[in-house]
Amino acid sequence: MSPSERPALPEALRAEFTELVRHYPERQAALIPALHRCQEELGGWLTPETLEACAEFFGLEPVEVFGVASFYPMFHLRPVGRHVVGVCHNISCALRGAEDILRETCRVTGSKPGGVSADGRFSVVRLECQGACTAAPMLVLDGAFHENLATADVARVLGGAR
Amino acid sequence: MSTEPTKITSPTKTALPPKITSPLKREIYLLSRVGLRDSHTLPVYKAHGGYAALEQVLTGGFTPAQVIQIVKDSGLRGRGGAGFSTGLKWSFMPDPAKDPRPRYLAVNADESEPGTCKDRVLMEQDPHGLVEGILLACFAMRVKTAYVYVRGEYRLSHERVAAAVAEARAAGLVGAKILGTDFACDIWMHKGAGAYICGEETGLMESLEGKRGHPRPKPPFPAGAGLWRQPTTVNNVETLANVPFVITRGADWFKSLGTPKSPGNVLIGISGHVERPGVYELPLGISARTVLEECAGGVWKGRKLKAWIPGGSSTGLLPAAKIDVAMDHDSIREAGSMLGTGAMIMLDETACTVRAMQVIARFYEHESCGQCSQCREGTEWLHQIFARIERGQGRMEDIELLSSLANGMAPAKTICALADAAAIPTHAIVKNFRAELEEHVRLGRCPLDVERHAAELTDLVPEGAHA
Ligand SMILES: Cc1cc2nc3c(=O)[nH]c(=O)nc-3n(C[C@H](O)[C@H](O)[C@H](O)COP(=O)(O)O)c2cc1C
Ligand code: FES
Repeated sequence: MSPSERPALPEALRAEFTELVRHYPERQAALIPALHRCQEELGGWLTPETLEACAEFFGLEPVEVFGVASFYPMFHLRPVGRHVVGVCHNISCALRGAEDILRETCRVTGSKPGGVSADGRFSVVRLECQGACTAAPMLVLDGAFHENLATADVARVLGGAR
Repeated sequence: MSTEPTKITSPTKTALPPKITSPLKREIYLLSRVGLRDSHTLPVYKAHGGYAALEQVLTGGFTPAQVIQIVKDSGLRGRGGAGFSTGLKWSFMPDPAKDPRPRYLAVNADESEPGTCKDRVLMEQDPHGLVEGILLACFAMRVKTAYVYVRGEYRLSHERVAAAVAEARAAGLVGAKILGTDFACDIWMHKGAGAYICGEETGLMESLEGKRGHPRPKPPFPAGAGLWRQPTTVNNVETLANVPFVITRGADWFKSLGTPKSPGNVLIGISGHVERPGVYELPLGISARTVLEECAGGVWKGRKLKAWIPGGSSTGLLPAAKIDVAMDHDSIREAGSMLGTGAMIMLDETACTVRAMQVIARFYEHESCGQCSQCREGTEWLHQIFARIERGQGRMEDIELLSSLANGMAPAKTICALADAAAIPTHAIVKNFRAELEEHVRLGRCPLDVERHAAELTDLVPEGAHA
């Protein structure tokens, strides 16, 4: 595909990224922050079209942008549920019942770890340490930390997410 | 100055963290503002001594070299894990008269070593302390641009530091002509995206440039060729947060806290099987037992301590018998582990050390960037071997295999120290808990809490409950 045929970013994001690249001596430095914004604004995951639009904006090849995006666990390259629930399974959380939290999360959502629930409402993922170790165990719902959890809290925490 | 110990159970809660009353009356400074209402705002920061160090330096006729000298004299060592002298590191930056290239400070706020959540407390509760530390570091190294690389998951930290920078900019403390002087410094926020390796300083720089976080071979060192191949210094959040206090109170005051070789206070996080997990500010050299018993209320549920990790998951697991060791770089090294990030993780008598190592090895396998085969393959092997021993399918030879794999990975066999981070705790479990590894092999199962462990190891199958 020639650069002119590539999908373009929405104008508001273009304006935002044009400002963002000014913080750095080289344009590409704004790529990861920009991918975050794309994921937030454009449907919760990075579609091939979004990656191509970013490539166009940053003057990179789509494969380079894919290579960066796929390196970072916070970027989703496949469709996700309307809500993403992550459960930390690392050591401090594991010592205080993380696997029980994960099991309960799977029960409540009807999704397996790494999967999406049948109704498309939830994606469930295992997470590495989130820096909430002194408030373990914890889960992350759409980016918000829920800490010091008991198994019984999970249904309540997830219940608000429609 | 407050002398009351401060505890944060859950740093995200905006409610005031509970104060504990314990016999532990020790001088604190890093967390002295934490717990004040709106501690993250400029007026509160200023009302409690904030930006006094910056003003002292900028209007008191200090030269950059003098600031570096004070930091050197204080003996401050990096709080990011390696414990390198901060003043010395700063002095590696080239003389701008001879090397006029642009130069950078990269603030390491990627905090992701398992067990570690201390920088987050500073960023959420006292972000101006970090901003002032950044400004002083930039003055000392004649840097005009600093980037704060915050791990993407730390939403509130990012928000609070960004807001503090904006407040400081509006007050003439960030940008051009700071406090009316010729000192100019910009601070930009930068979000990571969930990769542990981006906390390694050269991985961080690659990531900040918009690439995969693949660490770079050293040399060249960052002071010569860092961000965009220009002179760069990477410092941890807590390291920088110490600097304003070192300036206003002096090197001698700083050395009056802690030990001669590890001066100052340090943030110690204690997690795992304790009554009151939390982040505590304590002088370096405090006994680990004091942290466990007086701050964290002892091992939970009235149980006994079996094992503990002194400084994050990359530091070796120690037996309970070593709990009287002093929490400073040299004492912990002598005890056979490392101070690391000061993140103590406690395991009670019902915990399985093999299971703990399985979780830790899984993490390093997941986070290896894959550039070096020793690390890419080694971390995967370590994880598999710990997993099979835990499942009861290990062989006695596996124990030697663990040692020989770890010997093949570190020290200094790879581009960065992630391989070491996996190898070091592996050596520690073989040395300190060999009997437990052997027992797993001999019994053909985990000797502890069998049902529970078996349940954790089977694939999780959801039981319906569609919403
Ligand atoms: C695999 C790996 C991960 C690291 N992660 C972090 C981190 O998350 N935060 C940090 O400050 N330092 C981390 N470090 C240490 C940094 O490389 C570097 O030493 C530190 O940021 C320097 O700052 P300091 O001198 O102020 O401690 C890591 C090192 C390695 C090898
Ligand atoms: S181990 Fe779960 S947040 Fe750190």
